[in-house]
Amino acid sequence: MIELQLKAARDSFHLNIECTLAAPWTVIFGPSGAGKSTLLRLIAGLDRLNKPDSGRISVHGQYVADTRTGLHIPPGKRSIGLVAQQSALFPHLNVAANVAYGIANRIANMDRDARQQRVSSMLELVGASHLADRSPRALSGGEAQRISLARALAPMPQLLLLDEPMSALDAEARDEVLTRLQTWLLEQKIQTVLVTHDAADALATAAEVAVLREGKLAALGPASIVLADERNRLLVRLNSDGAFTTIV
Amino acid sequence: MDWQALALTLKLAAITTAILLCIAVPLAAWLTLGRSRWRVIAEALTGLPLVLPPTVLGFYLLVLLGPRTGLGRAITTMLGHPLAFSFEGLVVGSVIYSLPFAVQPIVAGFAAIDGSLIDAARLLGAGPIRLVRTVLVPLAGRSLLTAAILSFLHTLGEFGVVLMLGGDIPGATRTLSIVLFNQVEGFDYSAANHTAATLLLFCILALTLVYARPKNLLGGPLRTSPGKDHAGGRHD
Repeated sequence: MIELQLKAARDSFHLNIECTLAAPWTVIFGPSGAGKSTLLRLIAGLDRLNKPDSGRISVHGQYVADTRTGLHIPPGKRSIGLVAQQSALFPHLNVAANVAYGIANRIANMDRDARQQRVSSMLELVGASHLADRSPRALSGGEAQRISLARALAPMPQLLLLDEPMSALDAEARDEVLTRLQTWLLEQKIQTVLVTHDAADALATAAEVAVLREGKLAALGPASIVLADERNRLLVRLNSDGAFTTIV
Repeated sequence: MDWQALALTLKLAAITTAILLCIAVPLAAWLTLGRSRWRVIAEALTGLPLVLPPTVLGFYLLVLLGPRTGLGRAITTMLGHPLAFSFEGLVVGSVIYSLPFAVQPIVAGFAAIDGSLIDAARLLGAGPIRLVRTVLVPLAGRSLLTAAILSFLHTLGEFGVVLMLGGDIPGATRTLSIVLFNQVEGFDYSAANHTAATLLLFCILALTLVYARPKNLLGGPLRTSPGKDHAGGRHD
């Protein structure tokens, strides 16, 4: 569960959010520039709440940032995984070493075999077992995003933040990976927050949706209610071949 | 050719470069990633030897390390001899004098690394030491090579600091630059030409190495493990 009380000024807008994200799978939906990525960076700890910002962030009952006390827990100690649009794979490490990177940092006393087993299972989860020995430079955009996802999951974080993580995959591959991932994350009880500006993605995966507009929370609730208008707009655009055209 | 002076000069440059790399990597990481308000002052102090006349630096080091200060007396008691007019004193002076030549290329190399890679490492639990060792240093290999070569060459050719702090003691503080100065002062232009040509050739060869952009330091061989400590699960 994530509790947010935020008033933060950034270059182009003010983030003003007060809400609790309790669902195991939440989608933050909003247009570009609404503050979605900034919000994820604040939750992850990559951006700090500095004066004149005010507020606090709690993840699973533990405060990770609080401007009243000056608390800022470093990103690596928050047990949060973040996968962004930019895969950010370490170019000097092969795929398996990239996936293994966070395991030793986050999990004490894990032996070599267990670590390799974890790397293999994560690569299998994202359908990339055959890429283990490859260089990140030799991967396509979609493959790199899959590896980035496996790397974020390998230390088994308590919270996974996904910032349009499948943008480089075609729709079919994206649906397949997201469906498999959603099932696995629910089994593992890893809370997930997915950021997207694509209404089809939001409707396909969401149990709960938070709509963000100009740094403010416009709505929070079940996808079927909160995104009813978006759903209707998508249905209207259903063409004669039965294919959807996203208009968001 | 004064082989003793050549050997001493190379020894001084090698030791200075090794010490500088040990100091410059963490200092450059702090200057690049740190959030302290003191960073600006540290950056200015680091760059000071670039603009300060070497004789000024040499003079203050001579005073600081001499018997007039508590630090100088403490070092004399500890070593059994004063740092001034000794090889160790030359090393201290050279490290300070060549500091910007080591720090600035490494700062530039670290600053050029994609910030998303640094964010990724921090999110995956890398502390500052591990971040430097497993991400910054491997990805800034060429900057480290440049820093090492520039530091070495700068130390090789230093004159003012050496003369002020070390004087001209054969086998202890007489470097090739001092030998060259002595040869010119004694109108021995033929010997001076040999000494100067040796230094010139050395510098050209070393700078060629910098600009040759060796491929193995640009991308590096692909690693199959993030770091040696992974096998044992050690933490920074």
